[in-house]
Amino acid sequence: MTDEGPSPFISIQHISKAFAGVQALSDVGLQVKMGEAVCLAGENGSGKSTLIKILAGVEKPDSGSIEIDGKSHASLNPRSSVAAGIQVIFQDFSLFPNLSVAENIAFSAELTARKKLVRNAEMRRIAAAVLDRIGVPIDLNARVETLPVADKQLVAICRALVSQARLIIMDEPTTALTDREVRALLAIIRRLKAEGVAVLFVSHKLAEIFEVCEKIVVIRNGRLVVDGATAGFSLDSLAHHMTGRHFIRTTPVIPEANLPEILAVRGLRRNGLLDDISFSLRAGEVLGISGLLGSGRTELAKALFGLMEVDGGAVAIQGVPTVIRNPGDAIDAGIGYVPEDRLTEGLFLSQSIARNIAVSRLDDHAGMGGLIDRQGLSAEIDEWLHRLKVVASPDAPVKSLSGGNQQRIVLARWLAKSPKILILNGPTVGVDIGSKADIHQVIAALAAAGIGVIVISDDIPEVLATCHRILVMRGGRIVEELAGGSVTESDLAHRLAS
Amino acid sequence: MVRKPTIDFSRNETLVAIVVVLFVAMTAIVDHNFLSLPTLFDLLRGAIVMGIFAIGVLLVLISGGIDVSFTAIAAFAMYSTTSLLVHFKLDIPWPFVFLLSVAIGAGLGLLNALFIAGFRLPTLIVTLGTLSIIRGFLLTFIGSQLISNLPANLRVFSRLFMIRGTTADGSFYSLPWAFAALVIVVAVTWFLLYRTMLGRMIFALGGSLESARRIGINVQATQVFVYAFVGGISGLAGIIHAAMARVANPFDIVGLELSVIAAVVLGGARLSGGYGTITGALLGVALITLINNSLILLGIPSTWQMVVIGMLILLGTGIPAYQTKRAARRAG
Repeated sequence: MTDEGPSPFISIQHISKAFAGVQALSDVGLQVKMGEAVCLAGENGSGKSTLIKILAGVEKPDSGSIEIDGKSHASLNPRSSVAAGIQVIFQDFSLFPNLSVAENIAFSAELTARKKLVRNAEMRRIAAAVLDRIGVPIDLNARVETLPVADKQLVAICRALVSQARLIIMDEPTTALTDREVRALLAIIRRLKAEGVAVLFVSHKLAEIFEVCEKIVVIRNGRLVVDGATAGFSLDSLAHHMTGRHFIRTTPVIPEANLPEILAVRGLRRNGLLDDISFSLRAGEVLGISGLLGSGRTELAKALFGLMEVDGGAVAIQGVPTVIRNPGDAIDAGIGYVPEDRLTEGLFLSQSIARNIAVSRLDDHAGMGGLIDRQGLSAEIDEWLHRLKVVASPDAPVKSLSGGNQQRIVLARWLAKSPKILILNGPTVGVDIGSKADIHQVIAALAAAGIGVIVISDDIPEVLATCHRILVMRGGRIVEELAGGSVTESDLAHRLAS
Repeated sequence: MVRKPTIDFSRNETLVAIVVVLFVAMTAIVDHNFLSLPTLFDLLRGAIVMGIFAIGVLLVLISGGIDVSFTAIAAFAMYSTTSLLVHFKLDIPWPFVFLLSVAIGAGLGLLNALFIAGFRLPTLIVTLGTLSIIRGFLLTFIGSQLISNLPANLRVFSRLFMIRGTTADGSFYSLPWAFAALVIVVAVTWFLLYRTMLGRMIFALGGSLESARRIGINVQATQVFVYAFVGGISGLAGIIHAAMARVANPFDIVGLELSVIAAVVLGGARLSGGYGTITGALLGVALITLINNSLILLGIPSTWQMVVIGMLILLGTGIPAYQTKRAARRAG
């Protein structure tokens, strides 16, 4: 490998690392030049987190060399990593929600300066200067907990810059951001690059990588798969490198025309959030509801599942008028809901996989005197794990699973109740590309089995790949209805935003 | 036009302050002698020990922990200091007596720190354990007898008054110098929390332990400081309690811990860490002291105090929590 132009700011070579006999990384190399953005792409479990930890000095490599700015290091510790100009922005941003923006930005700088007393004026000056540098106005006195996610990320970037960062490593920086916020972030990244700061993105969201990175490095199962200029990749080839599989772009199979209507919504409204929502869903149909953040898509899902009160409107299920006041009513009516944030709304993270699936099935396995038929229950759990291709012990805690597998557990729980209607809110948020394709297959299989599926998503390729019909929401209203095959990606993106 | 200052009703401090004013008004209507210097100084005197404890508890809560052992530490430091002096007939000036008690308290605080910072055990479990151990050790090995004959120098301290006098109608009032200890503890802790980086680190720990570790805060050292500081403060409160009561009773103090934590939580500190103000903690103490005194004046049985304090905790922490939730729901 020969690199032309300026010498790399950081160059790691032949890095290997094993944990308890499992080879997390073997013989991985990576270079980042000053002012360059590199994307480290890989699925969950590919070893990219281990690589970040080695660069942050949290883990020591078993073998290999690290060279920063011409200086060779056998390994890094957190302090020497920071001293060398490496700053990692973790997915949770590592901020202090209870402290002000100014303090969050300047805290580590004041620590490094070994100050004993608080210098409020100095901290505000530091924070104001760096906010000015990236060109965003954020109230210095605001408590960080009151900021939107995008601003929190900017505060984290500012803090990294204050610590004289020369390489900023960003772990999944775009997961929680809306389209507009991603664009704002990329503009800031370009600005930093122009100032000579190097950026290493770690991501499995593909589309955003292309815009801002000069180079893409793909690792899979702890090995470097491919490393080259962004121009040499396409979305499909990148997906192939990351997973080792080939994906065929699917379009949904159109269901038979005269399947019965199972859900009819008429004039659903809620002051300020939903306005005169009417639509219908047929058995075996996948209906997409798409819109930007704040368009009312999530509110609609919550209203249908009884998680949010409505001011008026009518819902009929299989022609029967049904009043849904709470999730219990919705479940009785045959509606299942997989929430957007499965971690906080859908799963008991520290409980076992088996218990998480079983929790919705307890009533049906209650035998004499309300005691649980354990054998019947565990047979059913094994059956679901098999059908959804989750390779794990039913006794393992759910939090030990990857995002994709967690999502499958939530699905399994609902499918076990054989619902008539299944509402999936952001079914593949935070899920890697391989699991994503699998979940899309599951959605198609559900529809083929006669379940009416509502997919709520702002992931445009996903909506196009799974939905027969697409409703576009804006400002709490349904503004357009599109047939699945009739629009292109850019067309739909335009319709969402306009 | 002067803009009217807005009152933030979602803050615990505001609510507690309003309730304090209401209580004072109610009591003053029933008992015309209530609004007087003797009552004021009685209340202030009654709040000294609890106030000092509250400042310690506040510090621990801000750091994201909880300490229930501070009363046992106070009793241990107070009783072992006095029995040491009495047993060896040591005649040292009272400031050194105080220092000794503070040092014993800080030492016991280090025991908490050993388990919390050293072995990373949950703070509630550790301090529940040390509460029992320290108290049991005190009663078994140091003694369980009342010492009513305090060292002469402590008696000297208890007779030092900042303010004393007689009102026009002949009633006597006084404020002991012990009150200055509360003022000093408040001033020192305020400076620590808001003017030193160590104080900001304590806030940072309570905000997010993981983030604190990542930006290079020495979490263990900070925790050691917090628990030693609280231990020291407890030792001080203990010896002041004995001096003011003019007796060292090893069975005293323990049992007060939940009221103190309640007072601090009423004042807005969160059990989840990172939040709390000195003003709030002191207002909480003021409210609880006031209730303990004014309910008696109002002719309400003292057993009712517990019910009233319990209801205030539920309301005082429930209303702001409910308002936050409602605001969040309105925002969507």
